[in-house]
Amino acid sequence: MSHSLVTMSYIVATILFIFSLSGLSNQETARRGNYYGMLGMAIAIIATTLSASVTSYAILIVALLIGGAIGARAALKVEMTQMPELVAIMHSLVGMAAVLVGYANFMDSSTNLSGVEKNIHEIEIYIGILIGAVTFSGSVIAFGKLSERISGKPLLLPGRHWFNLGLLIASIVLGWMFLQQTETGGGSLPLWIMTGIALVFGIHMVMAIGGADMPVVVSMLNSYSGWAAAATGFMLSNDLLIVTGALVGSSGAILSYIMCRAMNRNFISVIAGGFGTGSGGPEAIIEGEVTPISAEETAQLLLDAKNIMIIPGYGMAVAQAQHTVNEITKLLRDKGKKVGFGIHPVAGRMPGHMNVLLAEAKVPYDIVYEMDEINEDWAHVDVSIVIGANDIVNPSALDDPNSPIAGMPVLECWKGETTVVLKRSMASGYAGVGNPLFVLENTRMLFGDANATMQAVLKALKG
Amino acid sequence: MKIGIPKEIHPGEKRVATTPEAAEQIIKLGFSILLESGAGLGANISDEAYKEVGVEIIDNAKTLWDTADIVMKVRAPERHPELALDEIDLLSEGGRLISFIWPAQNEELMQKLAAKNATVLAMDSVPRMSRAQKLDALSSMANIAGYRAIIEAAQHFGRFFTGQITAAGKIPPAKVLVIGAGVAGLAAIGTAKSMGAIVRAFDTRPEVKEQIESMDAEFLMLDFEEEGSGTGGYAKTMSKEFIEAEMALFARQAMEVDIIITTALIPGKPAPKLITEGMVKSMKPGSIIVDLAAEQGGNCALTEKDQVVVKHDVTIIGYSNLPSRLANQSSQLYATNLRHLLTELCPEKNGTINVNMDDEVIRGTTVIKEGKITWPPPPPKLSAAPAPQTEAPAYASVQEQQKKSIVPESVKQFIPLIIGGLALFGIGSVAPASFMTHFTVFVLACFIGYQVIWNVTASLHTPLMSVTNAISGIIVIGALVQVSALDSTISILAGLAILIASINIAGGFLVTRRMLEMFRK
Repeated sequence: MSHSLVTMSYIVATILFIFSLSGLSNQETARRGNYYGMLGMAIAIIATTLSASVTSYAILIVALLIGGAIGARAALKVEMTQMPELVAIMHSLVGMAAVLVGYANFMDSSTNLSGVEKNIHEIEIYIGILIGAVTFSGSVIAFGKLSERISGKPLLLPGRHWFNLGLLIASIVLGWMFLQQTETGGGSLPLWIMTGIALVFGIHMVMAIGGADMPVVVSMLNSYSGWAAAATGFMLSNDLLIVTGALVGSSGAILSYIMCRAMNRNFISVIAGGFGTGSGGPEAIIEGEVTPISAEETAQLLLDAKNIMIIPGYGMAVAQAQHTVNEITKLLRDKGKKVGFGIHPVAGRMPGHMNVLLAEAKVPYDIVYEMDEINEDWAHVDVSIVIGANDIVNPSALDDPNSPIAGMPVLECWKGETTVVLKRSMASGYAGVGNPLFVLENTRMLFGDANATMQAVLKALKG
Repeated sequence: MKIGIPKEIHPGEKRVATTPEAAEQIIKLGFSILLESGAGLGANISDEAYKEVGVEIIDNAKTLWDTADIVMKVRAPERHPELALDEIDLLSEGGRLISFIWPAQNEELMQKLAAKNATVLAMDSVPRMSRAQKLDALSSMANIAGYRAIIEAAQHFGRFFTGQITAAGKIPPAKVLVIGAGVAGLAAIGTAKSMGAIVRAFDTRPEVKEQIESMDAEFLMLDFEEEGSGTGGYAKTMSKEFIEAEMALFARQAMEVDIIITTALIPGKPAPKLITEGMVKSMKPGSIIVDLAAEQGGNCALTEKDQVVVKHDVTIIGYSNLPSRLANQSSQLYATNLRHLLTELCPEKNGTINVNMDDEVIRGTTVIKEGKITWPPPPPKLSAAPAPQTEAPAYASVQEQQKKSIVPESVKQFIPLIIGGLALFGIGSVAPASFMTHFTVFVLACFIGYQVIWNVTASLHTPLMSVTNAISGIIVIGALVQVSALDSTISILAGLAILIASINIAGGFLVTRRMLEMFRK
C-alpha cells in the first residue's frame, strides 16, 4: 500500500473515531457510534499492516490474536460493578504500551535525524515514556484501590508536596542529561532512572488520593492515557496517533473537570491528595434523633405517593439491590405512579457508573435523570428513597461552611415531602461526614441490608 | 403489667387514650390492656375492634381502675357530678397514671395524687426536644386544633375560601390572619392555604418566618427589634413598646381580613389580649374570629369560653375542645404518642415500666414519682432557635482566608494565559517546521475533542471511558510499524506492545457494546 493511501486510511479512521465519540451524545446513536469506532480501528490496523514498513507478520498476528482474545474474554466476563477496575487496568495497558513503544523507538537507530529535529525527537521519546510510566503505575494503584486490594484511605507521607517537587526536578535534570548523552549515542541510563522515578510518582500520586475522589482519578488517568498516545504520535510523526490521543486526552480532562465540579473540589487539590485533611473550623455537631420506619410502612408510603424519586448510590450496587429496585419501580409504574431515578454525577466509582448499573438491571434510561434536571423539582416529590448513598444527599454541603464537602452540589431530596433513607446501621458514609439529613423531621430511616429491606418492601407492595 | 383505659367522663370529651392499632403495638411490648366498655364510641371505635387485637373489655369503671397497674387517660382525673365518680378516689394507692395533668393550673389535683403515693406522667409536660417529638401530645393536639379552627371558621363564614372567576362574576378569595405560628398556627396556615385562602401570619419569634414562608403564607413584619424566643421554643412576654407596635399592626389587619385565628399562648400565664373590642368593631360584617386560646382566657377580649357568640356582626368562636371535635383523628395521634412513651418507659419490651429519672424525656414528663412531686423539671437545654454565636466565627475565618491571598483576583485570571502564551512562544521559537505541522494537528484535535465530549450525555460517561480506552489502543499503530525491525529486542518490545494494545482494543469495544445493549427504554 502506498504511503498516500495509508495516510488516507488514517484520515478515514480519524473521522470514524470522531463519529464514534459524537455518537455517544445520546442513547439512540451510541451503538452505531461504537461500530464506527470498531470500523475505524480495523481500517487503521489493516492499512498499517499492509504498508511498506511492515514486512514480518508472525509476531504481529500472534500478538494481535492473543491480545484480542484476552480482551474479548475480559469484556464478556466483567461484572458491571467492576467496570471501574476494568477501565483502570486498561489505562495501565495503554501506559505500558506507550513505554514499550518509546523504548523500542529509542533503540531503533534507523531514523536519521540531526540537530534540533533530533533533539525534539529525543524529547518526545523522553516525555512519551514519562507519561506512559506515570499512567501505568498510577492506574495499577487505582485498580488496586478500586478492587479493594489496597486500602481506600489516602496515604499521606510527610512533606509529600516536596517529594513530588523533588521527583519533578529530578526528571527535568535527567532529561537534560539524557539529551547530552544521546549526542554520543548513549542515554539509556538516565532513561531507565527516569522511568523508575515516573513509576514511583504515579504510585505516590494515586496512593495519596482518598477513596471518595476515585471518580476524578479514573477520569484523570483516562486523560493521561490519551496524552501518552499523543506523545507516542509525536515521537513517530504519526498524525492518527496524535489526533486520537488528543481526543482521548481531552475527553478524560473534561470528565475530570465535571467530576471535580460535582464534588466542588479543586482539580489541583485532588491531585495533590489528602481529601478532607485541611478543613477550616470545627464542623457543626449534628444533634437529634432518627425516626426509624419498617419495610411495611415504607410500602404504604409508596402506595400513597404519586411522585417517587429513587436516589441510588454505590451502596446499592454493593448490596446488589438494583434488580429488586427495578422490580419495585415496575410495580409502582404499573400502578400509575411516576417513578424516577436521580443520579448525582459522582454516584458510583466512575463517571456514569450508576447509569450503567441501572441499565444492567433493565431500568429504562428515560426515567433516569441527572442531578441538574431534577434538583428544581423536589417540592413535587412525595417520597424519595435514598439507597446506599450518603454524601450526595448531605444538606451540610450547602449550609455548613466548615463541612469537608461544603459547596458540593447535592441532591436536595429533603425539600420533598418525605425521604426514606436505607442504611445498614448508623455509621458515617465513605467520606466520614455526619449527615444531618438523617435527623430531619421528614426523614425516615429504614435500617438493614439494602437488598433484604428492598425485597421486604417489594413483598409488602405485592401483598 | 396491665394497662387500663377508662372511658373519659368530662362532658363533651370524645377522645380515647388508645386505638386498636396502638393497642396492638403496646401488647407487643409485653403489656396487657383493659378497656372500659364503650370508651372508644365517641371516636367511632367499637368494643369489637379492640377485642380483635386482644384488648380485654371491662364493664365497670371501678373494676378497671382497681385491676390496672397503669391507667392511661386523656383528661386529668376529675369528679363527675352526675355519675358520682371521682377518678382520684378510684386510683389505687401507689398507682400509676399517664394523662394530661396541667400541673401549673391544678395544684390541688397534684396534692391529692401525691397523697395517694401515685406515680404520674403528664403528657402536657413532655420536654420540647427533638428526641421527644414523637411523644409530644401537645403538638399532635395543637396540629388538630389548628386544622379544626379553619374548618369551624369555614362553617360560619358566608363565603368561599378560594377565589374564582365564574360566569356569574368574580369571587375574591378569603383573607385569613393567623396570629402565633406554633404548631396550631402552622396547621391553620396549611389548611387555610390548601382551601385557597390568602394567608398572613404573625409571630413574635423571628425564626418562624421561614416556616411561615415555606407554607406560602405571608409573614407580617414588625419594624421593631426584639428577640421574642423564650427557652424551649416557646414565646415570652414582650416589652410594652413592642406590644403597642404589634397592636397597631393587628388594628390595620383587622379592617382588611375576613378571618382571624389567634393561637398566642405564653406558658404558665393567661393568654395575651391581642384583639380588642375596637378591632372587632372595625372588622367587616360576617367576619370570623377563632380563638384557640379560649381555655386560657382568650386572645380576643370578647371571647366566651366554649361558646360561639356574634358580637358587632363578627362571629367569635371560643371552643376549647377542638381536638375532641375530631375525636377519631386526635385519639389516633394521642394513642401513638402514648405508645411511644411506653416504648421509652419499657426499653426491654418485657411488659414492665421503668421510670428512669436519668432519662431527660422521662424526667421531664414525670410530675409525681411515688408520692413525691417532681414538677417543675430542670429547664430543657435545647431550643429550636439557631445559636448565632457559633456561626459568627466561621464566617469571619472564611473572610480572613480570602484576605490572605496577595495576588489580586484580576491578575490571577491572566496567569494561566501568560504562562500558556510564553510556552507557545518558546516552542515556536525553537521548533522545526515538521514539528509545527504535527503540533497544529494536535491543538486542533484537542478542540474537536473538547466540542465532541461536552455533547456526550452524562449517563453515557462510562461507555465513553471504555470506548476511549478502546481507541487509545490506537497506540498499536506505533508498535505495528516497529515490529518488523531487524533488531530482535525491538521486535519483541513491539510485539508485547501489540499484544497489550490489542487487549485494549478488543476489550474496550466489546465491553462498550455490551453496556450500550443494556440501555433500553
